[in-house]
Amino acid sequence: MTTVKTTTGSIRAPRRGAALAARQRAGGPSLWFLLPAALLFGGFAILPLLGAVVLSFTQWSGLGTPQWLGADNWLWFVTDPVTYTTLGITFAVMFGSLLVQGPISMLLGVWIARSGGFRSFAGLIFFVPLLLSSAAVALAYKNLLDPNFGLSTQDGFGWLAHNWLGDKNTVLIMVILVIAWHFVPLHTLLYQGGVRQIPASLYEAASIDGAGRIMQFFTITVPQLKYTIVTSSTLIMVGSLTYFDLIFVMTAGGPGYATRILPLHMYLTGFRSAEMGKASVIATVLVLIGLALSLALTRWSGFSKMKSQQEGM
Amino acid sequence: MSTTTSVDPVRVAAPPTTAPPVKPAPVRRWPSLFSKHTNIPGGLGGALWLIIVVIPLYWVLTTSFRSSTTFFSDAPLSLPSEPTLGNYAKVFDSGFFGYFTNSVIVTIAAVIIAVFVSLLAAYTIARNTHVVSRTAFSLVLLGLAVPLQAAIIPIFYMLSQLGLYDTLLALIIPSAAFAIPITVVILVNFLRDIPGELFESMRLEGATDWMMLWKLVLPLSRPALITVGIYNALGVWNGFLFPLVLTQSPSVRVLPLALWSFQSELTVDVPGIMAAVVMSMIPILTLYIFGRRQLVAGLTAGFGK
Repeated sequence: MTTVKTTTGSIRAPRRGAALAARQRAGGPSLWFLLPAALLFGGFAILPLLGAVVLSFTQWSGLGTPQWLGADNWLWFVTDPVTYTTLGITFAVMFGSLLVQGPISMLLGVWIARSGGFRSFAGLIFFVPLLLSSAAVALAYKNLLDPNFGLSTQDGFGWLAHNWLGDKNTVLIMVILVIAWHFVPLHTLLYQGGVRQIPASLYEAASIDGAGRIMQFFTITVPQLKYTIVTSSTLIMVGSLTYFDLIFVMTAGGPGYATRILPLHMYLTGFRSAEMGKASVIATVLVLIGLALSLALTRWSGFSKMKSQQEGM
Repeated sequence: MSTTTSVDPVRVAAPPTTAPPVKPAPVRRWPSLFSKHTNIPGGLGGALWLIIVVIPLYWVLTTSFRSSTTFFSDAPLSLPSEPTLGNYAKVFDSGFFGYFTNSVIVTIAAVIIAVFVSLLAAYTIARNTHVVSRTAFSLVLLGLAVPLQAAIIPIFYMLSQLGLYDTLLALIIPSAAFAIPITVVILVNFLRDIPGELFESMRLEGATDWMMLWKLVLPLSRPALITVGIYNALGVWNGFLFPLVLTQSPSVRVLPLALWSFQSELTVDVPGIMAAVVMSMIPILTLYIFGRRQLVAGLTAGFGK
């Protein structure tokens, strides 16, 4: 029935306008359907992003009207030593998260990809942290890590007795670990999905050739997971630019500047110091870093070509 | 005739194989205990991570049942010596139900708006090859790469100018807008798999765009809509930055922000804060227990290869 209709369609088409015929063949809807999404996304995402660039050249406290200022805010950004501190911390969180979350999620993902009683049970529990809000995770850890009444007062946990979040030498590591606790489940899920797409025949062939489990992991699993690794790493790195809420609730960027990542720097500058123009400079830089990262990662990995990893099989 | 018959949203990029069309078994069901595949280091590592995940959760839960006095005398990992529901009562008394309702309103409204406008757009992008719709798709993909929270200051400015500051609408509109890129991408991937003949035959029977949307696109894309809806709902429900910047009064406060204000109000009352934390988790945990598969699919929406 479908074929018959299609045939009559192509016979009838030339009688109408060419554009209409093309649309008809595709069954494509009117472009007007794009409008609601375009208005909403354009108006409340793209326009504000451009607005941030404009605001970066003004002075504005958050009340009243922004006043044109010129490049002063940008000059401030480039000369202020805090800029480089926060940039350093942002990249430390980014690469720290990559180093901590990447291997853990890959190993866990490979492990739970196979079914089995304990694995299924563990998988059930593993995902709970991901369901919590960052505010909840931050509050839980803020109190759990308290040296006076937290977990360290339990017998056997004495080694935890340290003011982790108050010591500027340990706070950043702790923040990276708490972020990992929160987000490892997401990446575990990605790796689990990736592993389940690796054909079993590859492993069978390898074990016939006498490759042990560790050998198989490095010669089959890891190369086959290439695209999962890229996806997961991109999410971790771009995600590092958005760990605002967790750090804000847990440390508020302190002590001192020890955990002031770029988004937090933007918020505190804009909404606490009432320097919206300066904060807009930071916002613009944030967008540029995000774009550069995504572009670099897709280019570098050849991800955009999306070639099959199993050619010739 | 380049359409595939598969209507599976996530596995769109399933690699082609030259082998016969027998898919590799997605899950190999190996016996779990003491087979030759038993992975002892893996099991130990998994168990270790399980402990790391469970201890904080257990601590939060047990602490929420302790009284303020036994909190300091009990060992942190012991069961509460005098279990009490007093902390939960306190959280309820401090307006929890109102915050909960606000969160529900904002989440449902934002997700419905985002999914509806994205479905319209995705339908056009997937089925209309006009240059406008291709440009729209490139913009959407770009939106995925940008940390959109950088737009918060102009959004604050715009919403203040519109007189919407400190209203629930101020949370709904940007939350919906920010959910559009990922929603469109997932729905486009899904809709491209619907065979073109279905659209053509309906068109020839004289169906309008709206009728096709209603009778064909909507029913067929239901699984993808649920997945992406859950993904967005989690994001909006747990969102913190918009409420922090765009609202102020307790009457429009949502849960994550309420947690933060509990912390500032109660400071040393840790059991009270933990009770609030637990109560904020309950709706999502309930969802997890009853709809685990769909929730997990929703969590990796769009990234699941």
